[in-house]
Amino acid sequence: MTCFRINGREVSVDADDDTPLLWVIRDDIGLTGTKFGCGIGMCGACTVHVGGRATRSCSTRLADVEGAEVTTIEGLDPAGQHPVQKAWVGLQVPQCGYCQSGQIMQAVALINDFPAPSDADIDNVMAGNLCRCMTYVRIRAAIKAAAADMKGGATHV
Amino acid sequence: MLGFVMAKRIFLAFGVLLLVGIVGIAALAYRPAIATVPVPAFAPALVAEGEILAAGGYCATCHTVRGGAPFAGGRAMKTGFGTLYSTNITPDPETGIGGWSQAAFARALREGISRDGSQLFPALPFDHFTKLSDDDVAALYAYMMSRPAVKAPAKPNDLPFPLNIRALQAGWKLLFFKAGRFTADPAHNAQWNRGAYLTDALGHCGACHTPRNALGAEQPGKPYAGASIDGWIAPALTAANQAPIAWTTPELTAYLTTGVSLYHGTAAGPMSAVVHDGLAKLPPADQQAVTLYIESLGQGDSRAGAAAPVLAKALAVQPGKDADGRLFTAACGSCHHAGAAPNPLRPLIALNSAVTLDEPTNLIRLILYGIGAKQGAPGVVMPGLGGLSDADVARLAAVIRRTHSALPPWNDLAKKVAAVRADGPGES
Repeated sequence: MTCFRINGREVSVDADDDTPLLWVIRDDIGLTGTKFGCGIGMCGACTVHVGGRATRSCSTRLADVEGAEVTTIEGLDPAGQHPVQKAWVGLQVPQCGYCQSGQIMQAVALINDFPAPSDADIDNVMAGNLCRCMTYVRIRAAIKAAAADMKGGATHV
Repeated sequence: MLGFVMAKRIFLAFGVLLLVGIVGIAALAYRPAIATVPVPAFAPALVAEGEILAAGGYCATCHTVRGGAPFAGGRAMKTGFGTLYSTNITPDPETGIGGWSQAAFARALREGISRDGSQLFPALPFDHFTKLSDDDVAALYAYMMSRPAVKAPAKPNDLPFPLNIRALQAGWKLLFFKAGRFTADPAHNAQWNRGAYLTDALGHCGACHTPRNALGAEQPGKPYAGASIDGWIAPALTAANQAPIAWTTPELTAYLTTGVSLYHGTAAGPMSAVVHDGLAKLPPADQQAVTLYIESLGQGDSRAGAAAPVLAKALAVQPGKDADGRLFTAACGSCHHAGAAPNPLRPLIALNSAVTLDEPTNLIRLILYGIGAKQGAPGVVMPGLGGLSDADVARLAAVIRRTHSALPPWNDLAKKVAAVRADGPGES
């Protein structure tokens, strides 16, 4: 039995220690906003926050989140109005949308660490989040817009 | 005919020698059993003291399996000689240490002799615990004997003959073990000596950080020179330590008490429990004493001034835009890109000894298995990249070494990745 918190509520999951956190989030807990992409931590579609840090949930073992605080796209903001989400809507970032919850979770973590991210910061931190629709230009613009919006009162999620 | 007589004599002589050897070892190994006693009640203050000491000696770390009852044993310890399983040290009369007198408990800790008189294997670091003071043994005894008794029979050790003969341990002790309490070094002050006691006796840090000889004994001439243990490399604590930035007092304090440091990454692998289950629970004065003593081993404070250019170089690392550089950025940049200033939660890979050690073992382990929320930085996970092929993990380790250090490349990386994968994540 592994116990942790997800989006503010306590859960205990009876699954093998090696079960990927992503499977637990989607299949056991039923939150399907987090997506499966490559399954080996190389595409970023499954990005969630663990302890506030962007984390690939497909390659995180269930046992490794014992006692931790997990946040998924559903828990980012109760009304879906996190400044990054607002910037995403404002700039109409997504195309097919499949990778976007991972992109947003990674972008929030980026802005928390780099309140005014440079292009190099964005390149290095976002490089592990792939988008087959090539929305990268709009992702970069939305990150900068959200960072500007959040300045002065950084939202730590 | 003469040849036959001669052969018979030689045979007989060997027989006699063997007999003398067996009798000698038996005589050497013989220790009387100590009768069980009714265990008294203990003063709460003594139990509380014992609790801190048990944390500082990491008793629970080896004597507990994940998800199991504390101190009930069963954890596998892989050694070069075979696999040993830790025993139940709860006060259960049948399967634990119930009814052990304080004298029997003290003899086990300090001499490696079980209550029934049999020899214990040196996986129990009695070579360190022999230095424990009488007062501390009494407090540990009070704490252990007031734990809830758990019925948990010992798992049989997986040691080949003749290494499984306990009596032979008497010979090992004759060669390598010197019983005796800790003696303060008058050349140093009380705080340093307190640190030395906590590190050398209770904390048994040398059990991992001191290299061992072919028979598994710590080499007396090489204290804290670094060693390979449990599938990890325990780096040197002396000036030979290969971290690019020296271990200064502030760095040691942060790492040893919180598991997170600015320039040396987080406490992972077997070191994680040492920090989070052990040193973090010691009173601040004791933490300071340990830090002072360990700093004195490596003299890191004297090299503090050399840090700035090394840090600047680490912040400026460019992994490159070739296929290997892009693999690195995609796999590691999300968390390890630090920007203009170091951030302990964005550890600088170029400053980590996993990259600068002579062998890639620690780096491969970190890449394959990551770091759980209970290890390293509390509440934060580094996911493993075990989904990558051995060849890709090797590429990643190679590009990290090439772009994050000026050291020569590691050899046979793919083979070493396969070996670490076959070895598994371990119990920590």
